[in-house]
Amino acid sequence: MGSLINLGKKYSLSPNLVVREIEGEVIIIPLTSGVGDMEEALFTLNPTGLAIWQRLDGKKSVREIIQELVNEYDASREEIEEDVVGLLEELYQRKLIVEEEG
Amino acid sequence: MKSDTKKPVYLRRQRWEESSIWQKKVLLVEATGELTERCNFNCLHCYINQPARDQRIKQKELTTAEWLDFLREVVELGCLTVRFTGGEPLLREDFAELYTFSRRLGLKVGLSTNGSLITSRLARLWAKIPPLEKIEITLYGLDANSYEKITRVKGSWEAVQQGIAYLKENRIPFIIKGAMLPPIIERLKEFKRKAQQLASMDFPPAMVFALDLRARRDSPEKNQEIVNLRLSPQEYTRLMAQEEELYYQTMNEFCSKFLGPPGTKLFTCEAGREAVALDAYGQLQPCLLLRHPKTIYPWRTKRNLGQALKQLFPSLLQREATNPAYLARCARCFLAGLCEQCPARSWMEHGSLDTPIDYYCRVTHEQARSLGLIKDKEKGWMVKDWPERLKRWQQAMATKLKKKGIIE
Repeated sequence: MGSLINLGKKYSLSPNLVVREIEGEVIIIPLTSGVGDMEEALFTLNPTGLAIWQRLDGKKSVREIIQELVNEYDASREEIEEDVVGLLEELYQRKLIVEEEG
Repeated sequence: MKSDTKKPVYLRRQRWEESSIWQKKVLLVEATGELTERCNFNCLHCYINQPARDQRIKQKELTTAEWLDFLREVVELGCLTVRFTGGEPLLREDFAELYTFSRRLGLKVGLSTNGSLITSRLARLWAKIPPLEKIEITLYGLDANSYEKITRVKGSWEAVQQGIAYLKENRIPFIIKGAMLPPIIERLKEFKRKAQQLASMDFPPAMVFALDLRARRDSPEKNQEIVNLRLSPQEYTRLMAQEEELYYQTMNEFCSKFLGPPGTKLFTCEAGREAVALDAYGQLQPCLLLRHPKTIYPWRTKRNLGQALKQLFPSLLQREATNPAYLARCARCFLAGLCEQCPARSWMEHGSLDTPIDYYCRVTHEQARSLGLIKDKEKGWMVKDWPERLKRWQQAMATKLKKKGIIE
């Protein structure tokens, strides 16, 4: 089965969630029903997840995000791509990010 | 980025209640907003209600913009939960706006309401943007006749039933809270069963036993009405122990942990530590009940929650009691953990922070006698060897509970 994530596409945070930073930790709080697939849930990110999350501005494609991370971190492109796609798939399935048109 | 072969957990899903965010060291965790003191009901036992249509009172209340500022400020301090209460908070025409704004700031929202002003529109809003906490509905009767004897408003039962119907239609989780009032006490088991069924609760409704006097000390007549409704110490104790097994088990655990003389420190609670309450007019209180002028912070004019939380409220917790009667009795009473005495209630009853409240003292002693903690005519402050007595009591209680098969 192919990935839900298209490397050429741009993704941004869903408008139906709230992101808070408390004591340096990013917390994602679903705002509307159906987001995050559990009403009383909230989400936190590990450092890798956070580095990716912070780049989801709807302006950079997934490929560009991967390139940025390759330039910044001491890890192979394959490893980074696996991290990025892995997280984005999870976020997409949970409706925490949306695909930008075009 | 990663080095191990196991797929890392990038995104952790946590339930609010079990989340690690509660462990964070923030200045404020929980805020209460008493949106109005006005209420569309006139409950006999209410400690705060003012007439719903009183324009003079309404004009004194915080504006929408002020409430929004307050919400922004609590979030800046790390606050996770806001609870809206009243009076009847749904009387505020801007309730939906304040609610949505709170949720958009990432706050979990609690609501205490009589339920009568819940509209289809509001229930649909909660269905779309869930409060993340069960709505709490106070219910003081089993039918129109019993309920309206307490609320003193014709049609109030029907209005509440309609509000509950909207919640059910939209699958909004809610709980019911009751109070030990005459119409309920007469049919207590039936009330608990019906309330539990109505709200699909896994547990019976919480019941208020201690009826507080008027929080603003505004009406001796209303205070008398409340006093008339209070349970006698014997009745209070009997009703507390109604579910015998649970009661003795809870008391065994509770007394083992919390009994002992509180000493001369005025506050034995955590009032104003990580939690605050803002009243309808912009006075910040360390807890919802405590309205003594010397313990409040004028948030409306000063707008600095951090100052209250860092300076005023911590200084209150250092205060010592000075009333000789309090020092002779309450400060030395090993039963204090069972007693409802606190600075807020002392203020409500006597206008000072450290005056013993006779009613709660009598209730506590009756309860302690029935539990076997003290003998007839003995007072909690007279028992010098309380640690040994408590130890013996715990052993006897453990034997009793084992015999009954309640504990192993």
